[in-house]
Amino acid sequence: MTDERFATMIGNLLRTGVGLSAALAFSGGIWHLAESGRGIAHYSRFAATVRGPGALAHLPGPQALILAGLLVLIATPVARVAFSLVAFVLERDRVYTVCTVLVLAVLLYSIGTALW
Amino acid sequence: MSVSVFTAVVFAVSTLAGFLGALTGLGGGVVVTPVLTILLGVDLHYAMGAALVSVIATSSGAAAAYVKEGFSNVRVGMFLEIATTLGAVAGAHLTAVIPASGLAVVFGLVLLYSAWHSTRAIPGGGHRRPDPLAARLNLNGSYPTVDGVTHYQVSRVKAGFSMMFGAGLLSGLLGIGSGALKVVAMDQIMGIPFKASTTTSNFMIGVTAAAGAGIYLSRGYIDPGLAMPVMLGVLAGSLAGARGLATTRSRVLRLVFAAVVGVLALEMLFSGVTGRI
Repeated sequence: MTDERFATMIGNLLRTGVGLSAALAFSGGIWHLAESGRGIAHYSRFAATVRGPGALAHLPGPQALILAGLLVLIATPVARVAFSLVAFVLERDRVYTVCTVLVLAVLLYSIGTALW
Repeated sequence: MSVSVFTAVVFAVSTLAGFLGALTGLGGGVVVTPVLTILLGVDLHYAMGAALVSVIATSSGAAAAYVKEGFSNVRVGMFLEIATTLGAVAGAHLTAVIPASGLAVVFGLVLLYSAWHSTRAIPGGGHRRPDPLAARLNLNGSYPTVDGVTHYQVSRVKAGFSMMFGAGLLSGLLGIGSGALKVVAMDQIMGIPFKASTTTSNFMIGVTAAAGAGIYLSRGYIDPGLAMPVMLGVLAGSLAGARGLATTRSRVLRLVFAAVVGVLALEMLFSGVTGRI
């Protein structure tokens, strides 16, 4: 695979991730405002009510849709790193395969803390 | 305040913060948090969670545009991301033990330094002794100029790597992209040309922020109702700001914005010291 094709694919991956995430968050946001726009906003005191992807199951529809958008956003750089890993493996670049595996491991650990 | 009004106000100030962040080169994430906490009374942890999410959006959006130009050094980025992601995970874990007022003080200091740093002229990388480690790691790169491809060599790899751990630590600790520190590490320490440093930094910010975001999610810092207007606003504002950056080159304007950010930083510092945050 040429470097330029690789760069184009990474660019498209990032654009798609951000676009999809913004679209999901925006639709969820409109729905959220239509349903509970008259309620009172309370962000002045911290209460950890939404903890990770597991919250998708119990959150009301609009908030779950926004959270899905945020999860797509967080997954976008992770997908970019996974994509780089494939490229380095194909190039048989052993040093950078190891580097990329390390970065991916740290990312998966961090996201893992939200899953379990 | 009702949810509708609050969301509209948050969207408006986030758009402005994203715009200011892009124009000053500070990044939207570091500007939006003090605005949310000081002006709107949002809890610092919620503000940090929303800001960190917006950092991923702006970084990925900008990187998508830069990646094809051939300035960013993918190998330097990936190698240094080992340090920034580890730092981000450590920083995000530290938010559980450091009280909010302590975080506010660190935030104020970092913001003050960044505002001061953004007003200075762009420094040159200078000629330094190439690091043999850079050759072994295949870090030396090239970028296109009007006169053809320019090659450069990377120096002080270990010092740059350590500095990147610090940049990642602050990213996870404060919910910011810490792009300024990343650029300092690459441009001033490792001697990477400025344009390559800034685009590679942008490339790295999203991955660093994602490493902190997983832990922020597990701690409940990322609330959908707040993160939605912040993320959409900062993204829209910084896209507009990046365009404005290309057309307006007024140094006075940048100084005024830096002063505004400096005032926010002092306010943040003061709130932390007096325990109001």
